[in-house]
Amino acid sequence: MSVAETKTEKLDGWNRPPTIEPGGEGELLEIAMGPHHPSTHGVFRMDVALDGERVMRLKPVFGYLHRNHEKIAEGAAYLASMPYTDRLDYFCSLSNNWAYALAVEKLVAQAVPERAQYIRVILAELTRIQNHASSIGFLIQEMGASGTPLMYAFREREKILDLFESLTGSRMMCNYMRFGGCRVDVSAAWLDAARKEVAGLPPFVDEFEALLTSNEILMARCQGVGVLKPDLAVNASVTGPLLRASGVNYDIRKVDHYGIYDRFKFRVPLGDHGDVYDRYMVRVLEMRESIRILEQALKDIPAGPIMDPKAKIRGFRPKPGEAYGRVEAPKGELGFYLISDGSPNPYRYRVRPPSLINLTILEDMCLGHNVADVVLIFGSVDIVLGEVDR
Amino acid sequence: MKTVEEIKAAIQAAVPGAGVEFVPNPSPCAQHSLRLTPGRAVEIARFLRDDPELAFDFCSNVTGVDWLDKETSEKVKVKRTVNKTVDGVEQAVEETVEETHKHVEPGYLEAVYHLYSMAKRHGPLVIRMRTVNRTDQVELPSLTPIWRGAEFQEREVFDLYGIVFKGHPDLRRILMWDGFKDYPMRKDYVDPDDYEYEPTAHDAVLKRAQAHQAAAEK
Amino acid sequence: MLGEGILKGMAETAKNFAGSFVSADRLTTVQYPEQRIPTFENARVFPFLVYDGPDWAAGMRCVACQICEKECPPKCIYIEKSRDKKPDFVGKPQFYPARFDIDISVCMSCQICVEVCPFEAIKMDTEFELATDDRFRGLLLDRQQLAKSNEYYHQIHPTEAGEVDARLDAEKAAAAAKAKVAAQAAAKAAETAKTAPAKPAPPAGGED
Repeated sequence: MSVAETKTEKLDGWNRPPTIEPGGEGELLEIAMGPHHPSTHGVFRMDVALDGERVMRLKPVFGYLHRNHEKIAEGAAYLASMPYTDRLDYFCSLSNNWAYALAVEKLVAQAVPERAQYIRVILAELTRIQNHASSIGFLIQEMGASGTPLMYAFREREKILDLFESLTGSRMMCNYMRFGGCRVDVSAAWLDAARKEVAGLPPFVDEFEALLTSNEILMARCQGVGVLKPDLAVNASVTGPLLRASGVNYDIRKVDHYGIYDRFKFRVPLGDHGDVYDRYMVRVLEMRESIRILEQALKDIPAGPIMDPKAKIRGFRPKPGEAYGRVEAPKGELGFYLISDGSPNPYRYRVRPPSLINLTILEDMCLGHNVADVVLIFGSVDIVLGEVDR
Repeated sequence: MKTVEEIKAAIQAAVPGAGVEFVPNPSPCAQHSLRLTPGRAVEIARFLRDDPELAFDFCSNVTGVDWLDKETSEKVKVKRTVNKTVDGVEQAVEETVEETHKHVEPGYLEAVYHLYSMAKRHGPLVIRMRTVNRTDQVELPSLTPIWRGAEFQEREVFDLYGIVFKGHPDLRRILMWDGFKDYPMRKDYVDPDDYEYEPTAHDAVLKRAQAHQAAAEK
Repeated sequence: MLGEGILKGMAETAKNFAGSFVSADRLTTVQYPEQRIPTFENARVFPFLVYDGPDWAAGMRCVACQICEKECPPKCIYIEKSRDKKPDFVGKPQFYPARFDIDISVCMSCQICVEVCPFEAIKMDTEFELATDDRFRGLLLDRQQLAKSNEYYHQIHPTEAGEVDARLDAEKAAAAAKAKVAAQAAAKAAETAKTAPAKPAPPAGGED
């Protein structure tokens, strides 16, 4: 089906991107941005039709990093998929671990000990902070500020990754959570190091904000660019900071109360305009809220076991049934849908990738903007290709 | 949130004659689902989205499931008359014979939707639709006109499972390339023999390596 | 005032630039390979096989049960079980791997083999400088290359190795105590057999 046909097809009650009439004369220029374009985070291609500098049409092209993670997981035992989840969104392997562990725990009604819950919250929030910091860094990098903000973000990220490495053994491929708990216990020394690191985070966010928030160039480039209306955002299943920047109050930590998030006091930052600047601001504020959660969690973490004694590592065979578990990953709703047929391998293993689904409205946000803004809007969605293509 | 049975009743009241079937989920999380007949699925979906009480405005997850042909065999005792020579005289004798009857339950493809409500903050409601078979009648109505979020996910289900969504505005392959023929997530998919040498091959990989070598030598 | 935000940001960068001259922890660059950051104790790269004592072949803890081979997600382990048996650390005769290969070009350092191993035989190494010019043979480690001594294990993961040794010692002590009890029972049975010659002798298998 050609693109022209899809545009003319009218479907009621549904927000297709509008067709824009070209202003000038002559043909549209069709270019492929990516898969090796400096602006794309990974191997991602956008087929763009341009009228001068204006974007008339934009079709994302996926699949350059597709390795059929779901098929691999259906041929492997439940536990064997855990290290593969690290490689979905390789910035946030611990959130991915949690989402998968949560889905399996739902499938078999597995309880998780108190201390393990706290460790999970601490690690997930640290992951969120480093993801948001570096995603802002990339966003500014794509705006043309080569390096400086990204290096500030990476300096802080490096400290958080050191925490991850000293606990889990690996900086990015953590493979840390298990069905019914966590793999190794945190030591008192690690907790002290984490407290020290968390105490250093508010000055970092202040510094980051002093560097960026009131920068006139950033405001001129970001404000009013790539506006996403809240009703379209909801209808297009957009989740995460992108959704909240459009002003929809939906945070799965608050809605599902998974783990022990109902014990912590934190607010959900919301945007007013739904533009790139709001997304930047929501991420900064979410970092601040994550620091609050971390302070509370590191204060109250109890002693105790980290693994449910009834949990099984080998010979794990859930009873037939299905379960869908989801968490608020830094990029949006990360869900795992599992169907068990009673065998050691899942019959169906599905990842709901927030990065892929958030790109549904990329065309809507980009239409009518300049090419330079496409790079910016794409950066503000915050995707990782490992998760988009799986 | 209403229970799944109540939602089923509400659907049947709002969309008369709609085929809705309750599918229980034996797992402890008890996320039961509703199976819709494809014919009126779009109407039902619109009701689920627009009904002020249900308000399932957020279609979180769309996926496919492949159910292969299921072969069940049962043993049945059948009485029949057999001509036999008893005491030197041929006569008809009634005899009980055990026969194995084989049933083949035809396989089908299934599309599963996980719905949540952002307005009411409830969910999930799982709805599913099944195709007639796995080969030629694999069409289902697309719910993308109701939930835009299903757009890429239905494309993915089409790409990996081969369910054709009628009414989808842009149904192309998404993860595999355009010239690709098969559907890789189907259970009976055989991946092509572009075998890469592995020094520690064993089990299935070893078998493939040997087959590959045999084919290469021919 | 227009430009105020930019000036504020530049003040921040100036502060960082000047700060790197006075504060040592702002200079984060390390001149690898001359300079090295010490690895963390929990760090993991690729698996190795632990052996006790001086001889790697005799002291290998692995009993070729092939659990790790089965559980390995990318299937990078290949084990061939031996035909004969050799005594393990308790003295019980056990199989040993006649062949144990790990293809570290396939291994993804997930540590699942370590978790599922019931014999504390496979552990994670911290060695990461493994570059080679041979894609296949250079990255395929056989059991001799994989075998590392328990002392080495203590050197790279002291806490974990201490725990493992305590566990194995307890196991050994329990096995020894059990053997002692069994020996005593056997001796007692032999004695009763001697004192009561009318009774038939116990079957030979009972004395093990």
